[in-house]
Amino acid sequence: MYRYDEFDAHFVSARVDQFRDQVQRRLAGDLTEEQFKPLRLMNGVYLQLHAYMLRIAIPYGTLNAVQMRRLAHVARTYDRGYGHFTTRQNIQFNWPRLKDIPEILSQLAEVEMHAIQTSGNCIRNVTADHFSGAAADEILDPRPYAEILRQWSSLHPEFSYLPRKFKIAVTGAPHDRAAVQVHDIGLQAVRDADGNVGFRVFVGGGLGRTPMVGRLVREFLPEADLLAYSEAILRVYNRYGRRDNKYKARIKILVHETGLEELKADIEAEFAEIRDGVLKLPASEIERITTYFDPPAFVAADGDEAVLEAAIAADPQLEAFAARNVHPHRAPGYASLTISLKPIGKAPGDATAEQMEVVADLAERYGHDEIRVSHEQNLVLPHVRRRDIPAIHAALVEAGLGEANAGLVTDIIACPGLDYCALATARSIPVAQRISERFGSPERQREIGDLKIKISGCINACGHHHVGHIGILGVEKKGEEYYQITLGGSADENTSVGEIIGRGFSYDEVVDAIEKVVDTYVGLRETPQEDFLAAYRRVGDQPFKEALYGTA
Amino acid sequence: MKALTANRLIDGEVVWLGRSGQWVETLASAWLLETPEAVAEAEAAGAEAEASRLIVEPYLIDLTREEGEIRPVRFREKIRARGPTVRPDLGKQARREVSAA
Repeated sequence: MYRYDEFDAHFVSARVDQFRDQVQRRLAGDLTEEQFKPLRLMNGVYLQLHAYMLRIAIPYGTLNAVQMRRLAHVARTYDRGYGHFTTRQNIQFNWPRLKDIPEILSQLAEVEMHAIQTSGNCIRNVTADHFSGAAADEILDPRPYAEILRQWSSLHPEFSYLPRKFKIAVTGAPHDRAAVQVHDIGLQAVRDADGNVGFRVFVGGGLGRTPMVGRLVREFLPEADLLAYSEAILRVYNRYGRRDNKYKARIKILVHETGLEELKADIEAEFAEIRDGVLKLPASEIERITTYFDPPAFVAADGDEAVLEAAIAADPQLEAFAARNVHPHRAPGYASLTISLKPIGKAPGDATAEQMEVVADLAERYGHDEIRVSHEQNLVLPHVRRRDIPAIHAALVEAGLGEANAGLVTDIIACPGLDYCALATARSIPVAQRISERFGSPERQREIGDLKIKISGCINACGHHHVGHIGILGVEKKGEEYYQITLGGSADENTSVGEIIGRGFSYDEVVDAIEKVVDTYVGLRETPQEDFLAAYRRVGDQPFKEALYGTA
Repeated sequence: MKALTANRLIDGEVVWLGRSGQWVETLASAWLLETPEAVAEAEAAGAEAEASRLIVEPYLIDLTREEGEIRPVRFREKIRARGPTVRPDLGKQARREVSAA
């Protein structure tokens, strides 16, 4: 993985010193809250319901064992023993004291981590496919490009005060696991007929109160132009994006209000001006960054598969785990493992300090020291030898992390919701927990098959409800929590925004309603292989409406 | 009936303005504001505490009396007064003794 050079190390440690000084000045009264708030937000510090919250960047979701252990240390020493992995592949701590945060950041800087640009109207942490550099279906590893984008966008002086926040996601596989079409810029790495690397570029996707699917603005952007073209998009956005209304300030609104063709022309005109300037990426620089992401030496041997098969034959729990949480790897004899942070009835995305340490140990011992955070709020060991899966599984089960539910009905995305978040209007986590318990039996989950439920506790949609096969949006109505259900959303290469099925349900009713939707699907699917989304797209919303509201 | 609430600057702890002007960590010790004069006085105290860097972003909340206990009207404020509903082991609800701020 990428290692800081001298410049990175100096830059991050200087930033910690600067923030330490800012906190001291705030506490001493030299800065008012109004002056301090934008400064703390630039360093990932929010004020939530019960306490401050610190959001730490995990660039493109990649970290190593030392970094994970440091997160565990922060959780134990400065927080309440756990952290929350987010839908942007970051981690949040829910209880830090303001006075401790400079020290936390200093300790994170020691292991090449920071909280820069995890908030504010800037280019946020770049996200990527969590199976990058490992997946069998990958065309190329998107992480070098995500890293190049990270370096370009870090404290970019021109883009530190954008009209609104700006999110970039990159995938290198035809099957999109990074939800690129619901990002401000979505990049899909491809190769042309001659083998040259480039990107399909989507602009203007996003969720929130105005969900929109990104529009394709470039079928093939040569890799050398990645930064110049990104800069052109940002310049057009920075110049024309609305600043009069924060709810209309994202680039998706600009795309919508300007029209795709005019905006494309603006971007191309800007791009023509700068494409041959300093932002042209030399092949040598791409190569230099790419070497940081060279795959480890894979050493599978004959007989590996027999070891795994024998263990599976003897252990039904392992069999279920292998069926759901093991993803095909590009190297023979290897796999990528999903470590579910969705144990039945638990808060999605939460991990204790002890669990983080177990994952760190496993990554070091079996996983070439690599860990990923997925936007679906799970952890991933991208490179494990298949013969080691039984041993890893046993350790995970012992740590309470062995749930074999990746991609199933209980693998729910949920934002922190009203239990923690100052913006939320309803709770998300306990709804996820109750759904998880309702469908918790392994047999029932397997019978239902692939199903993505995503829950947000307010219209800002951090829980990605718009792109859940089943989406749940919590709102406040007359002082009570109410939940709107949307169906048919998806965030893969066939992205779609779910449609509201009808009137909402109370906190007490919503789990029954979800069960009716799921049972209706199971009853009408043509084969067990027809997943929820395919069935919904075939039959439309009518059968679900009838099940939920009757025919009247 | 109202109370004035805020978060403490140094650590983010949820606090309410207490009866004798201190900032307290439990709603039970909060000053119950039942007249416009009391509200005005509390708001002035809030502004002063903000200026002297004790608290941030003070605001008024509505309270009601339920089964003899004072409770916030809004669910959000109930959660602030207790802690996350999903983690009874955390937040104020998990504490046995709470000292005044």
